[in-house]
Amino acid sequence: MTAAHNAKRMYRFDLMQRLVARLEHEEAVIGGIGNTNFDLWSAGHRPQNFYMLGSMGLAVPIALGVALAQPKRKVFAVEGDGSLLMQLGCLATVATLAPKNLAILVLDNGMYQITGGQETPALRADFAAIARGCGLVGAAWAADEADFERQVGQCLASDGPHFIAVKLDDQPPVTQTERDPPQIRDRFMRGMGAKRSKLPG
Amino acid sequence: MERAWYQIALDVLKANGVSLIPYVPDNVLKPLIAAIHADPYFHAFTVAREEEAVGIVAGAWMAGTKGMVLMQTSGFATLANVLASLPCAFQIPVLLMVSERGTLGEFNQGQAAVWRTMRPTLEALAMEHHVISRLDECEFIMDRTIRQAHLTQLPAALILSPLLTGGKAVTRQVTA
Repeated sequence: MTAAHNAKRMYRFDLMQRLVARLEHEEAVIGGIGNTNFDLWSAGHRPQNFYMLGSMGLAVPIALGVALAQPKRKVFAVEGDGSLLMQLGCLATVATLAPKNLAILVLDNGMYQITGGQETPALRADFAAIARGCGLVGAAWAADEADFERQVGQCLASDGPHFIAVKLDDQPPVTQTERDPPQIRDRFMRGMGAKRSKLPG
Repeated sequence: MERAWYQIALDVLKANGVSLIPYVPDNVLKPLIAAIHADPYFHAFTVAREEEAVGIVAGAWMAGTKGMVLMQTSGFATLANVLASLPCAFQIPVLLMVSERGTLGEFNQGQAAVWRTMRPTLEALAMEHHVISRLDECEFIMDRTIRQAHLTQLPAALILSPLLTGGKAVTRQVTA
């Protein structure tokens, strides 16, 4: 098993592109606030993407809600390390409910990049170990890009809940998500098949 | 026989298709929580923090399942940021049912202090909210509030007054 300190520091936008390229069955992806969802957006908008614009820490709970509502659809929560720190309890909730269709991807750059790169208070924390401690027994760090691809494949092919943590380098996001919350929500609902409308989407 | 408030709540939730109930427990809500767990129509479970439950209900609604969060007053006080930036900003009908602690016979000064923040917060968020204090108004207020939230795609809070539930009262100061 890859230890946190052995995991290669990877480029967030590259990982988001690799994730999106693997999604062939209208999987839902919930992007946490800031640079996390900016690079998800930059990797190419999909109707099944939801981009948070606030509510820091709620990517996993929102994804859990989607996963419970649609047990046949795979759901990814993509969350930053600072965000997850705000809501660590949600990992215990996910482990207890054990939704088979949920995968959590934690992007750990060790800092609050969007506010100027200040260090998080988790420099000695191991997010995969925290997840395992909460009961997500298969939680692991991705060693490098190939290992990330392998683990994403596992999430898509087998029952979860899954948990992957990756270490990031310090490169900034490519662009920013369009900030229009009701439009994002409306598109996502159509993408989930939860809304039909004669208004062009 | 007259239905108790929690039986009315259960019936109204069902009638409105509200089935997902994440909650942080509260003594006053105990009979409602027990009734919901006993009914296979509902999927009820505890969460570590009320914010989590708001995220879960928001996500579930966007994917076609209706839900409601149960909590007590002190739990509501942890929610201003996520209510403003998730259900209010995205126009998602997250429903909250809040057991009102901190008033009409409260014994815990912490609860009494946090109670004073609830209505100003709901008003500042411009969130629809109604206090239920009478059994004969319970069904109407619950049903119409839930219906309006779903029709307008906006969050709403139902506050259960001790006048309705009996609250959690003690009669004297505990001394050593």
